[in-house]
Amino acid sequence: MLDLVWLIPALPLAGFLLILLTGRRLGDPRAGYLATTMCAGAFVVTAGVFLKLMSLPAEERHHVRRLFSWMPVGSLHIDLSFLADPLSITMCLFVTGIGTLIHLYAVGYMHGDARYSKFFLYLNLFALSMLLLVLGENLVVTFLGWEGVGACSYFLISFWHERESAATAGKKAFVTNRVGDWGFIVAMFFAFQATGTLSYRGLAEAAPHLAPATAAAIAGFAFVGACGKSAQLPLYLWLPDAMEGPTPVSALIHAATMVTAGVFLMTRMSPVLHAAAHFGLFGGHVSVSTVVAVVGAVTALFAATVAVAQNDIKKVLAYSTVSQLGYMFLAVGSGAYVAAIFHMVTHAFFKALLFLGAGSVIHGMHHEQDMRKMGALRLLMPVTAGTFIVGWLAIAGVPPFAGFWSKDEILLFAWDKSPVLYVIGLVTALLTAYYMTRQVIMVFFGEARWHDAHAEHGAHGDAHRPHESPWIMVGPLVALAGLSIVGGFIQLPFSASVKRLEHWLAPVVEGSEHRLRGNVDDLKYVFMAIAVVVAVAGIVAAYLVYAKRRVEPVEPAILANGWYYDQAVSDFMGGPGREAFEGVAWADANVLDGAVRGSGAVVRAGAGELRKVQTGNMRTYAAAVGAGVVALLAWFVLRGVL
Amino acid sequence: MTPTADVFVGPPIQWSSLSPMLILLGVAVVLLVAAALTPRWPRRTYALVAVGGALAAVVVAVCLWHGRGLSAWSGSADPTTGSSDPVRFLVGGAMRFDAFALWLTVIVGLAVALSVLVTDDYLEREGLSRLAPEIYALYLTAGLGAVVMGMANDLIVLFLGLEILSLSLYVLAASHRRRTQSQESALKYFILGGVASAVFLYGVALIYGASGSTNYTRALAAFVQNISPHRSEAMALAGVGLLLVGLGFKAAAVPFHMWAPDVYQGAPTPVTGFMASAAKAGAFAAMLRVLVVALPTWSADYRPIVWVMAVLTLVVGSVMAVAQTNVKRMLAFSSISHAGFLLVGVEAAIHDTTHAHPGDGVPSTMLYLLLYAVLVIGTFAVVTLVGRTGDGATDLAGFRGLARQRPVLAVAMTVLLVAQAGVPLTSGFVAKFGVITAAVGEHSYALAIIAMVAAVIAAYLYLRIMISMWVAEPDAADAGREPVGTPLLTSIVIAIAVAVTVVVGVAPGWLISLAQHVR
Repeated sequence: MLDLVWLIPALPLAGFLLILLTGRRLGDPRAGYLATTMCAGAFVVTAGVFLKLMSLPAEERHHVRRLFSWMPVGSLHIDLSFLADPLSITMCLFVTGIGTLIHLYAVGYMHGDARYSKFFLYLNLFALSMLLLVLGENLVVTFLGWEGVGACSYFLISFWHERESAATAGKKAFVTNRVGDWGFIVAMFFAFQATGTLSYRGLAEAAPHLAPATAAAIAGFAFVGACGKSAQLPLYLWLPDAMEGPTPVSALIHAATMVTAGVFLMTRMSPVLHAAAHFGLFGGHVSVSTVVAVVGAVTALFAATVAVAQNDIKKVLAYSTVSQLGYMFLAVGSGAYVAAIFHMVTHAFFKALLFLGAGSVIHGMHHEQDMRKMGALRLLMPVTAGTFIVGWLAIAGVPPFAGFWSKDEILLFAWDKSPVLYVIGLVTALLTAYYMTRQVIMVFFGEARWHDAHAEHGAHGDAHRPHESPWIMVGPLVALAGLSIVGGFIQLPFSASVKRLEHWLAPVVEGSEHRLRGNVDDLKYVFMAIAVVVAVAGIVAAYLVYAKRRVEPVEPAILANGWYYDQAVSDFMGGPGREAFEGVAWADANVLDGAVRGSGAVVRAGAGELRKVQTGNMRTYAAAVGAGVVALLAWFVLRGVL
Repeated sequence: MTPTADVFVGPPIQWSSLSPMLILLGVAVVLLVAAALTPRWPRRTYALVAVGGALAAVVVAVCLWHGRGLSAWSGSADPTTGSSDPVRFLVGGAMRFDAFALWLTVIVGLAVALSVLVTDDYLEREGLSRLAPEIYALYLTAGLGAVVMGMANDLIVLFLGLEILSLSLYVLAASHRRRTQSQESALKYFILGGVASAVFLYGVALIYGASGSTNYTRALAAFVQNISPHRSEAMALAGVGLLLVGLGFKAAAVPFHMWAPDVYQGAPTPVTGFMASAAKAGAFAAMLRVLVVALPTWSADYRPIVWVMAVLTLVVGSVMAVAQTNVKRMLAFSSISHAGFLLVGVEAAIHDTTHAHPGDGVPSTMLYLLLYAVLVIGTFAVVTLVGRTGDGATDLAGFRGLARQRPVLAVAMTVLLVAQAGVPLTSGFVAKFGVITAAVGEHSYALAIIAMVAAVIAAYLYLRIMISMWVAEPDAADAGREPVGTPLLTSIVIAIAVAVTVVVGVAPGWLISLAQHVR
């Protein structure tokens, strides 16, 4: 069974090829069902591999399936091989599982779109890339998937490229992601140079012997890559804009799977991160892990404050995603890899649920995304509302829903790392409960504000009333709601025997996982109580503001505009940045021109005859060669002198 | 014993070792003379003869590769250069015969063959079939020049190769008689190339003055024995500088790159592909030879220059490529950025000269040249087709809706572009990985990191072309455009290029091992 692990990415690949060849003939909805089937098949295989791994003793849960030797030359040994271990299979399970549900949902959501089959083409290509990313046994295979998901993300964000904003958002995502990709590549070469291998097992074995500074460089650049892919400060910019893509894409790529790739990478590299612990930046006080934790915590808080003032139903969820990813990095930085993966899984459940719910609302509202024009939709869309409320309770951290358990565990480790990080995490939790309650009230409760919005369509009458979505969209919502309720039970904090995920992942993160100090572990029930109080406080506050209207809402423009950070970056990129870019182009064309005009006089005289031919700038070119000669000779002269 | 070996007296000439070059030259001459004396041959015969000649050179080179040390073949094997030493000197020490030379012969031969195939369809489409024999002969002589550049063991011989290559290219660039851009491009190339050649020749003279010889081996010996005299040091350094300018110009390295975008854009598209592959291979082979074999004593002096050239070439190439709207110009700058990667390999090769343990600088650069040659000819073959009759539709808009009209062609182009961007599982990744690993192996970390930044920037350019093909909808202005044709020979070339790209990308091991012999 374990050897069949190659089938997991092969099935979406088959789907991709089939749709590529026959997509237009298959059409709507058969192309969608084909893609869904392939993804579901991958899930079944994953489940089989999972069960097989479970039946093995813990130390044997590491199976490498080598397809072929890719670069078997001298010291260079790179295989195209897949790794089935607890971490990769955990990732595969939720990527294919949630992926299947979202594929199914998209069959309904994209119905009637002009490029229907192309959408599923990209979706299966994405599934393939994502599975390569998580199943790769070495950094190169992961990098292949890493690039692939980036490209798919780009294509899917600008899927409706007729909209100017969608095309721009796609470009933004591409450019920001390239910064991250660069970090990944540099980390890859550093790792190769330092250890002579790129396989994860090799890295894990070599990591303890690495010089701390080398390990810090590898981990640091990997973190740059992770920041780009997982939308952390300062590279988070592209994710809110990515909401221009179709909603199933937002749910699958920009909430549940791709954006967690950075967290996955850092977990895979955890031995290196661990080895870097003894290297301090800024005078030896700040390790790479601390940087990761601080970036995560600050991102979490930052994005949560912005989410408070958004009016677009998807933008709230987008900033919420950035914020929750910040939690995961806080966990990674605190050495709590199990907690990071745990939160990744529960977050995938409830955030996919929330996005699909939002998509259902948008679908029912005829592509209206402004929450100020919604309200009281629970009456017209009961299933959507019910499942959305489950998602809300899960993300807000209300027990026993999934989000409570995973968030609680992260906060525990954050306290152990530093009380300051804990407080930031707690404030973020408060804000999360607040803005999610605000969203639920604005969309599903209160008075219906959509009458006004559609008054001009009066002639159409009921045709424009919001309506519940078809079963094919609602079904996945129900399934995800179920998972959001019980998802937390894979890892309960009460005793060692119910920490199932921790046991399961132990072979992967054992050496680097942080151990809680005894007294912190004893306090866990206190922390739990505090977390519940905070969540309830956030909910009550939002209830008072938005339902009871006892307090005026606080939604300052600075928050609605994301602290003007995006604006500042855009201004820079559009202003000085663009000018710098154009400056290079201009310098290439003109500076040499100007600089050599004097020295080019001789050439010009000789070239006078050629003026009849259209060779305007050729003298300049020739003079540039002359200038190069002068520069080179000057270099030698200077070297001789100095 | 071949009978010819006995006829000659004087300097021993190993005809078998020279045979790839002789085949290129011979076929070129036969093609010219026979075509002039006989009535018009049937369609495609000229091309097939030229391709046959180029491939024969490749096959002979491969045989010689396997038969290195097969004394029965060469007739006059020098006992001092047995199989233990793979280098053999030909024609009185004027040329070097080794794995490096054979590798270059293979690159150039393949480039000639593929370019001729594309050109045949091109000439037919443009109504220039009458020129076929002359043009193919020029491809062959240009290839000969490139091979001579890499085999030279003497600066004068190198100059000879450089001029054979350059003169052939000037005429090839002008070969589309009715396009003024083609004429203009050739004239620019000619005049600027003349300047570069003059500079190069002056450098040769200075090296001769400093060392008393233009022969690599003797010059090196002179420098090693007699490195201190003040006069000769200044002269030698000036010579090195001027040689670098001349070679940098041919390789289109910044700041000697300015001709490339104009010339690439104006020249007939198949010729552009040939310039970016064979001419670049010749220039870089010569650069490696001169710097690593003849002048290693000065490596501490010129290494910083190569470093700066590499950085400038990488940055300017990728940044400028993004700012273009014409695909040929984009690819010209992309080719400059590739030259930057090659310079990263050259820089590593220069490092190699400073210690006994050989690094991967030379092999990785030569592997890059081979893979890039196939890649770039395939890419320009697609651009040739999309350029449509008149070779004018090479702006981005010309690619709009290609995926709908010619899906297979669009897929092929996508593979080639993805490979140029250096994505894993393509030959482009293997090439880039090789030179960056070589640089990292020589501790050129800064250069490696800058190269990766350049790769990151340049990816955007390839993406723009892909978007134009796949996503952009054709608008009203495109409706009247002539459909993109897919003639047989060009299709074969594109198929070969894609196949090589994918096969080498998936299973590069054997090729990397082979390249290890190239030192």
